[in-house]
Amino acid sequence: MDAETLRDMAAELATQAAALFQSTEKLANASTKLVEVQSQGGGADPFLGLFTIFVLACFVGFYVVWSVTPALHSPLMAVTNAISSVIIVGALLAAGPSELDFSKMMGFIAVTLASVNIFGGFIVTQRMLGMFKKKPKVGA
Amino acid sequence: MTGFAYLAASVLFILALKGLSSPVSARKGNMFGIAGMVIAILTALSDPSVVSFSMILVGMLIGGSIGTVVAIRIQMTALPQLVAAFHSLVGLAAVFVAAAAFYNPEAYAIGTPGDIHTASIIEMSLGLVIGAITFSGSLIAFAKLQGLMSGNPITFKMQHPFNALIAGLIVLTMLMLISGQTPTLFWTLAAFSLLIGFLLIIPIGGADMPVVVSMLNSYSGWAACGIGFTLSNPALIITGALVGSSGAILSYIMCKGMNRSIINVLLGGFGGETGGAASADASGGKSAKSGAAADAAFLMKNANKVIIIPGYGMAVAQAQHALREMADVLKAEGVEIAYAIHPVAGRMPGHMNVLLAEANVPYDEVFELDEINHEFSSADVAFVIGANDTTNPVAKTDPSSPIAGMPILEAGKAGTVLFVKRSLSPGYAGVDNPLFYADNAMMLFGDAKKMTEEIVQALA
Repeated sequence: MDAETLRDMAAELATQAAALFQSTEKLANASTKLVEVQSQGGGADPFLGLFTIFVLACFVGFYVVWSVTPALHSPLMAVTNAISSVIIVGALLAAGPSELDFSKMMGFIAVTLASVNIFGGFIVTQRMLGMFKKKPKVGA
Repeated sequence: MTGFAYLAASVLFILALKGLSSPVSARKGNMFGIAGMVIAILTALSDPSVVSFSMILVGMLIGGSIGTVVAIRIQMTALPQLVAAFHSLVGLAAVFVAAAAFYNPEAYAIGTPGDIHTASIIEMSLGLVIGAITFSGSLIAFAKLQGLMSGNPITFKMQHPFNALIAGLIVLTMLMLISGQTPTLFWTLAAFSLLIGFLLIIPIGGADMPVVVSMLNSYSGWAACGIGFTLSNPALIITGALVGSSGAILSYIMCKGMNRSIINVLLGGFGGETGGAASADASGGKSAKSGAAADAAFLMKNANKVIIIPGYGMAVAQAQHALREMADVLKAEGVEIAYAIHPVAGRMPGHMNVLLAEANVPYDEVFELDEINHEFSSADVAFVIGANDTTNPVAKTDPSSPIAGMPILEAGKAGTVLFVKRSLSPGYAGVDNPLFYADNAMMLFGDAKKMTEEIVQALA
């Protein structure tokens, strides 16, 4: 095999590799787009899924809350207040990136506010619940 | 994996609420709630986009210590305003998270700045609007409950058309924001929402606060839901829906306790100066009998059964401990004691139950309206302390009265009704209470706490 053939083959190989690279890139682009479409909720399906969750959760909430005894309605408010601070999840994602920008500052403030609620809400609920005692046994 | 963790957190939150069906299981329920929160936070922190922890840690330390100190120090009588303040924080947090997502949508994979996916921007603006309303509305509720501003309804001419105008502007701004996503529109929408939250709560009077607080509780849940949809996070959606429906149910129960529609409460202006002259003939030409602590002590000592009806006045006077002392002395004398709680007594749902529990009153001596109302006819004494409207028979007799149809505690059926009250003035609803002038009623004029202490002394 002479040098010229070798060079030709190498050149051909290079072109092929370039073509392959191009199609890989296309594939990557396409799949990114696919993921984007899926995550944006623009397609009906992801939104429908979340909406299903939402509606079912409303029903669960409805039945669970009706079973709460009226005597514990104050602790119910305090604890629902504490758990609604799960919004901190969104705040953490905003405060997480390394570069400091406006969005990160917003995230930081939201983390702080939600933390007040999480700690305050659960502790005050615990305090309240700790006070509810049964009548001591007669004769004790 | 992340999905499963969020699911676990949601299930734990449901169990936390389920636990509240009885005081026995409630403490365990609260632990489930805490566990759920820890899982949710750890899951969010393990997200690959979360790489810098210092600010997060600082924020959690600052917020956590403020929350802890406040929750430990707060007086139980100040609970309603604490809850209102906490609601406002959830609302504000929702606003900031929405802003973070608006300025940096890539972090949540919902588009690029200025070009956020339509569905996401709609969900985000809903979260923003509800969050802002929750924030400003709760601030007003807090100010009213804390006494920073008058509890009287604030009304002005053209109030409802003005509110409707602002509501219209909110819808308009939202539509504009969806098509042209500029920061100006975003913050305009936030400003209008803050304004409407403020306007919605100022016309609502002090004693309607149980409804307002429950309603804002509900809003804080829906705000979390809106943000949950924006971030496509099922844990936020589920939790938001739980809290939202919980608050809605509480509002419904409170409204039913007053026989008023939620619309009627929200339009506001109830009570206030208009009601004062309503029924001047409540006395029926008679004058109210007034008695001293010694008379009350004598009556109760010789009774077989005393039913105590606490109201907001007891909370204001911090009389719950003195009251429990009185009950203890009476119990030692062989008197049967029960407490009757009206659904809307106090300033938030379940307010009286917590205060009595704080004073070490066993919860099996405390009864709801339906459970105890038939027992008044067999009780020798009804001891009404700091309550008024909730015992007013006008609710049953006068269909034109503002409190018509409201379920009442039938204190009048007891052998003797003792009213611990500062004066004969009508209650929040502005309706005179004919029970003050009934033959079997006796007024004990004075501060609830001082009067109860005097009775305890007289009993000894």
